[in-house]
Amino acid sequence: MKFVDEFRDPAAARALVGSIRELAQDTHFKFMEVCGGHTHTIYRHGIEHILPPNVELVHGPGCPVCVIPMGRVDDAMWLAEKPNVIFTSFGDMMRVPGSRGSLLEAKARGADVRFVYSPLDSLRIATENPDKHVVFFAVGFETTAPSTAVTLVRAKELGVTNFSVFCNHVTIVPPLKAILDSPDLRLDGFLGPGHVSTVVGNRPYRFVTEVYGKPIVVAGFEPLDILASVHMLLAQIREGRCEVENQYSRVVPEEGNPQALALLAEVFELRPHFEWRGLGFISQSALKLNDRYAEFDAEMRFDMPGIRVADPKACQCGEVLKGVIKPWECKVFGTACTPETPIGTCMVSPEGACAAYYNFGRLHRETALLVGGPPSRG
Amino acid sequence: MCLGIPGQIVEITDAAGHLAKVDVSGVQRTISIRLLAEQQVQAEDWVLVHVGFAMAKIDQREADLTLAAVKHMGEAYTDELEAFQATAIV
Repeated sequence: MKFVDEFRDPAAARALVGSIRELAQDTHFKFMEVCGGHTHTIYRHGIEHILPPNVELVHGPGCPVCVIPMGRVDDAMWLAEKPNVIFTSFGDMMRVPGSRGSLLEAKARGADVRFVYSPLDSLRIATENPDKHVVFFAVGFETTAPSTAVTLVRAKELGVTNFSVFCNHVTIVPPLKAILDSPDLRLDGFLGPGHVSTVVGNRPYRFVTEVYGKPIVVAGFEPLDILASVHMLLAQIREGRCEVENQYSRVVPEEGNPQALALLAEVFELRPHFEWRGLGFISQSALKLNDRYAEFDAEMRFDMPGIRVADPKACQCGEVLKGVIKPWECKVFGTACTPETPIGTCMVSPEGACAAYYNFGRLHRETALLVGGPPSRG
Repeated sequence: MCLGIPGQIVEITDAAGHLAKVDVSGVQRTISIRLLAEQQVQAEDWVLVHVGFAMAKIDQREADLTLAAVKHMGEAYTDELEAFQATAIV
């Protein structure tokens, strides 16, 4: 693990923070990290506290579990409770509350709900249970969607007929546009998502620089990656540049993964619109199975209710997801809404801003308050 | 849910089906290497594993770094590793 020390080197971190302070001077900067993995690193390592107070990080909508609206969870429950259906899901989605409880509760009531690590696990369950119909609850950004695509290609190759996908895959660019168009928030730049970019590459972010005039730096997940990326954003601004830069080039190729992109195109098409928790309907922001794979589309196969439910009134996930408020500013944070009894999605996934802050950030913040640190930061 | 965990390819178990056995912290399971079909993944290569798929080839340095970072995540890492171990695609 000799390289780890290199990326956690306190002297390097101090030098970067010093340099960030010099570049920022007295101007207030607000940068949004789009990816839930970044949010996790930031809270886990207390990065907000080592940055100068005028360089603020705002958490964006990059946790795929957090952006699924309640109605889609209710639809998933409806499928799971159908007789003869085995409903399969990633573990993270099992505890997300719909209006009638979670998939975990449906399972306790007798529905055959199984957690899987991979969509290929679901396909195997289908081949082993030919007298049942197996549904896979697909969620995730472009990081995860190619895995579902390969699974569907495989299902078709094998001629499996008792398998379908309830597709909730979303894409990263439309919510970024929605946030940039939102009047609530003034941002100075973005930390781009590392793992999504291994698939899509850096090109899709050009509109951020070209149309909106904001810099974006695709960032890795180590604490020094985050600091280096903040530094790169500030350097761009100070030098009058506005570019898509890649801090995480050790993993993210400029062009992404062409095979994964080809598989996405083979299996999916864009939905005309899709509802995001807290952001509302965003056009062309999600994927559905195309005509070639219609037989595997759970929404075509079953007469799904298409439930729409307003988010619980007390829950402010929408404002958290847009970065308008910080997790601890939500009315129910840490009282009615905790990781054990989540009301909103941001408290369910470990990459959700609220769960990450509840588990790690609040301790850093409480310590900072104790020693007289800035009270408004997390 | 977006965790990518570094694993080292032990062997290609089914070249036509793009399947390989991968080792993550001593735990082995079969994953798909179809997303890297053109990059000729071989035994001993390091890859970033996400939901049962190799999504990027990485070097040993990145593998060490990422593994340390995800181990640092505590519960999220244990859950991921348990899931990795608990299920199977073949």
